[in-house]
Amino acid sequence: MFGFLVRRFLSAVLSVLLASVVVFGALLAVPGDPASVILGMNASPEAREALGRQLGLDVPPPQRYVRWLSGVVTGDLGESLNYRRPVSGLIADRLRVSVPLALGAALVACLIAFPVGIFAALRRGTVWDPLLTSLSQVGAAIPSFWLGLIFILYFAVELRWLPASGFVPLAEDPVRWARSLLLPVLALGLGQAAVMTRMTRAAMLDVLDQDFVRTARSKGLPESGVVLKHALRNAMVTIVTILGLSLSNVFIGSIVIEQVFALPGLGRLALTAIGTRDFPLLQGEILLYAATIVGLGFLVDASYGLLDPRIRYD
Amino acid sequence: MTDGVSTATDATAPISGGFVRRRRYNLWVGAFLIGAVVLGALLSFAWTPHPPNALNFGSQLVGPGGQNWLGTDHFGRDLFSRLLVGARGTLYVGFLAVGIALVTGTIVGSVAGFVGGVVDEVIMRLVDVLYAFPAILMALLLAAIYRPGTFTAMTAIGVATVPIFARIARSSVLTIKERDYVEAGRALGLGDARILWRHVLPGAVGPLVVQASLSLAVAVLAEAALSFLGLGTPPDVPSWGNMLREAQGFLAMSPYPAFVPGLAIVWTVLGWSLLGDGLRDLLDPRSW
Repeated sequence: MFGFLVRRFLSAVLSVLLASVVVFGALLAVPGDPASVILGMNASPEAREALGRQLGLDVPPPQRYVRWLSGVVTGDLGESLNYRRPVSGLIADRLRVSVPLALGAALVACLIAFPVGIFAALRRGTVWDPLLTSLSQVGAAIPSFWLGLIFILYFAVELRWLPASGFVPLAEDPVRWARSLLLPVLALGLGQAAVMTRMTRAAMLDVLDQDFVRTARSKGLPESGVVLKHALRNAMVTIVTILGLSLSNVFIGSIVIEQVFALPGLGRLALTAIGTRDFPLLQGEILLYAATIVGLGFLVDASYGLLDPRIRYD
Repeated sequence: MTDGVSTATDATAPISGGFVRRRRYNLWVGAFLIGAVVLGALLSFAWTPHPPNALNFGSQLVGPGGQNWLGTDHFGRDLFSRLLVGARGTLYVGFLAVGIALVTGTIVGSVAGFVGGVVDEVIMRLVDVLYAFPAILMALLLAAIYRPGTFTAMTAIGVATVPIFARIARSSVLTIKERDYVEAGRALGLGDARILWRHVLPGAVGPLVVQASLSLAVAVLAEAALSFLGLGTPPDVPSWGNMLREAQGFLAMSPYPAFVPGLAIVWTVLGWSLLGDGLRDLLDPRSW
């Protein structure tokens, strides 16, 4: 078990390293001289040279990569060209929007998907299963940003229950904070719930077909005991995988939802960074997203051994 | 993923006949939905009720009916005409992106599976890194390098879709290469490339086609999201994502500019995913 965790951790570190090469390579891939591309045609040679030095263009790429990476390890992602502030500070500010948004959406998704998916699996052969399965298939086809627009239309424009856009920090006013996040969280969470419902149903069906479930039933256990003690525990491994996947999905999905609700989160920051070609900022952000996805994958794998004692890795 | 509806001991066996019909119904409904989008896109080359970019300041943001079947946007442009033209971009980007992924993923995955050993390890290691870059992240990166546009959106979606095809191709090849007829080909002295192309890959076509259809559903969503963010189809070209972005500012005045392209996206995504499910049931005998 320990050996597996170490190996899996090292492999995650390797993935993040490879991802960092991709992210670092972005600036190298810019056609022409990055400094003049960023500053535009009319920049003075002095300005170009200064920017070139700030980006480290006067150093050969391998050395520049090592320098950048050792900064990344210590939490120094360089300075944003546009905001003239450390990238890590900018990101930390925006995480206050994006993290609650993503976690809230994942929570909504789980609260809907797990009960509904399990219910659909248990009602196999009745009208409920095809009904819920079809419903989740339609739900999975709805773009979250469109759902967001529809929510704005009804809950903000027509009914005036909730704000259509903007963000209020938690420290300022917790109630208005929650109100400003509610619609985006629902828009992002409902679509994810639809995707996860289907997966949960399939995971549950796989388990329900197995011999130990039949044994549990035939020895006279009440159905609730069969489901909770035997089926669900054995479906946990798959369910945790789904959970990890959905966290990645909502974190990435928040980029689009922030745009719909004008939330000042990481996604909006990244889009601004593209507009201004703020490479240090964009590279820092993308590396953070990629590392989060790899990290969640590691946590999911690491949890397998805890959830299912039958899993022994060596 | 097995649906497990037809195990022999299942008390619901009589109902599974109904399920089988429902599954066919997946295929046909999916084919109908996608067929309509393809026809709409083709039709738009020959005819649209109004020119899709014609401004009409006399009738802005009007509802469906009369001159404009589905209403107009904030410039008085006909929503139905723009919807038809938008279908082109949706299909074009989807097909090319998934095409890139299908071809690259199949080559990479089948070589990895066929050769095995260190080559397999290294290739799949590199492919796995792509999982860390979903389409939107890849598009952000490419947009910063090359300026956003149809090409960057398409490439981003394509590259992000490579790993799933590589995985499927690899696992199919791993199973098939142990079969007797492959062994027989080897005994006849056929070269590796010929065995892979003529004898191994045909067996992997089914799962790859199913995945292509399912990936098209994801690609349509991703393309719409990227256009909505301004990272996809250029603003002057009618596309469903662009229409939604423009509609956002006028929600309070008319919901139709937001309803129409949104429903078109749902229609198309649902079409591809039903078609994919239907094809899987058709091609994969295990799920019966």
